[in-house]
Amino acid sequence: MSARARALRMGVLLAGAAVFLFPFYYMVVGSLQAKPDTGVAGAIPDPSNFTVANYEQINASLALGRALLNSGVFTGGVILCTVVFGLLAGYALAVLQFRGRGAVFASVLLVLVIPFQLLTVPLYVMIVRDYGLADSYLGMILPFAINSTAVFVFRQFFLQLPAELFDAARIDGASELTILRRIAIPLSKPAILTAVLLTFIGPWNEFLWPFLVTKETDMQPLAVALANYIDTVSARAANPFGAILAGACVLAAPAVVLFLVFQKRFVSSNIGSAVKG
Amino acid sequence: MTATTTAAGAVSPRRRRRRRTLGTGVLGWAFTAPYVLFLAAIFAYPVGFSVYMALHDYFFAAPNAIVDRPFVGLDNFSTVLSDGAVRQAFGNVAIFLAINVPLTVALALGLATALNAAIRWRTFLRGAYYVPYVTASVALVGVWLFLFKSEGLVNSILGPLAPDPSWLVNQTLAMPMIAVFVAWKQLGFFILLYLAALQNVPRELYDAAAVDGATRWRSFLVVTVPGVRQATTLVAILAIITGANLFTEPYLLTGGGGPNGASTTPVLLMYKRGIEQGEPDVAAAIGVILVALVLLLAWISKRLLERD
Repeated sequence: MSARARALRMGVLLAGAAVFLFPFYYMVVGSLQAKPDTGVAGAIPDPSNFTVANYEQINASLALGRALLNSGVFTGGVILCTVVFGLLAGYALAVLQFRGRGAVFASVLLVLVIPFQLLTVPLYVMIVRDYGLADSYLGMILPFAINSTAVFVFRQFFLQLPAELFDAARIDGASELTILRRIAIPLSKPAILTAVLLTFIGPWNEFLWPFLVTKETDMQPLAVALANYIDTVSARAANPFGAILAGACVLAAPAVVLFLVFQKRFVSSNIGSAVKG
Repeated sequence: MTATTTAAGAVSPRRRRRRRTLGTGVLGWAFTAPYVLFLAAIFAYPVGFSVYMALHDYFFAAPNAIVDRPFVGLDNFSTVLSDGAVRQAFGNVAIFLAINVPLTVALALGLATALNAAIRWRTFLRGAYYVPYVTASVALVGVWLFLFKSEGLVNSILGPLAPDPSWLVNQTLAMPMIAVFVAWKQLGFFILLYLAALQNVPRELYDAAAVDGATRWRSFLVVTVPGVRQATTLVAILAIITGANLFTEPYLLTGGGGPNGASTTPVLLMYKRGIEQGEPDVAAAIGVILVALVLLLAWISKRLLERD
């Protein structure tokens, strides 16, 4: 490849990356503007026009702390259930022999194909109308409780551990429970981290389901509160876009920071779960 | 597995093995039980319940109230299929797929091929393309609304070339904008998918193509593209699922599926009909049709993949 072709490739890649990152940059710049400037000059940061008033505005309109707490409880509940029950299921599917194992694994794959949104109406009738779980954390968490991709990741992880490891422990007379507690779980820390990361972005970013479940504003996760703000409230604010972008920054920050810190793990987890399937 | 039973001592190998399989069998069931129950309650039962609702005159009533919800056969389905708005929503998903799939495949495969070479700043570039994927749609929609509104940055740059009415309130452009938004948001994921697939394309094929005097572009077409076909099928299946699921983007980005329903999607209609207007039976019928279409399309894609 000639030097010119290589430079061209680099130029295209960098230009593409700039296009991809620009909305994030604009999100931050826009959230700091005292007076919104949607012209070309507005894309260049102007410190004399900077303010934190938009953050105060969105905090006053949505009670950011409460919304973040709701997002945190929702996400934390899903992660907890996924790590506990998903790990057990993945371990059983990879290591233990039992009748129906193939059928259970086939249903993991089927669930990965069925779009969740399609079950919205029956789930709404069941959870909100019949069980009366509207405006509750349990109602939010239930449909997401065990992430099937995480089950898949756990299974793949335990499958690639050498079988001799488990066999040797069995010969030494260790019970299956001891093997799980003493060998499998301590080894599976990287898989747990991967599962936590890939599970996190699901409920943290989810909009439709918590939107249906929560009508009381003090139970709404941040994604729902911000969407309602965009949809209805923002018209009354002095600088609606500044406030919307400030809220968007707060909503985006945790996921983006987690991604930047654990970039390698995000990348490998998705390759593992997507391609081996 | 069976090899371990040869280490039997006092107990005969057969009995030992039997006890073990019985033990792990019970444990296997115990460990998978929470997950199986979850799948039964959150996936299997709602699928059945959905079909039941679609076949009955189902309406909301107070819990424990005894109401008559008569069986109405396929009435709900004929209501749905004769509804212009529903047909338009399915048509909109077709527009979405027609734009989103080729765009995603071309960009993701092109960028993955470029990133596959040993180049500088590889980690940074891969990360840059991946950030939108981990970010909430609601947050990203906020920026897009700001960028693409009538007097927004994009139109100020375009000047007289700006479309009128503006992008998101333009009947012809609304659905394509959603397709582009989703392609942008998901691209990083698909680049990774292609990067993984590219590792499995044998190097010798490139060497053979080079010996035959193929240009770089030609070897891309005859080696790379067929080599990653499996990944391309996966992209198509995942795009079909995304298209069937669209809700947040038409709800927020184009103001509730507007203008004039030009960006309404089936899930948005399910929400409007089923929950806002209190016709869960009609919404369930839309859902059943959608599931059937998604499974059919996924099955067709799988068959096409397994053919060779």
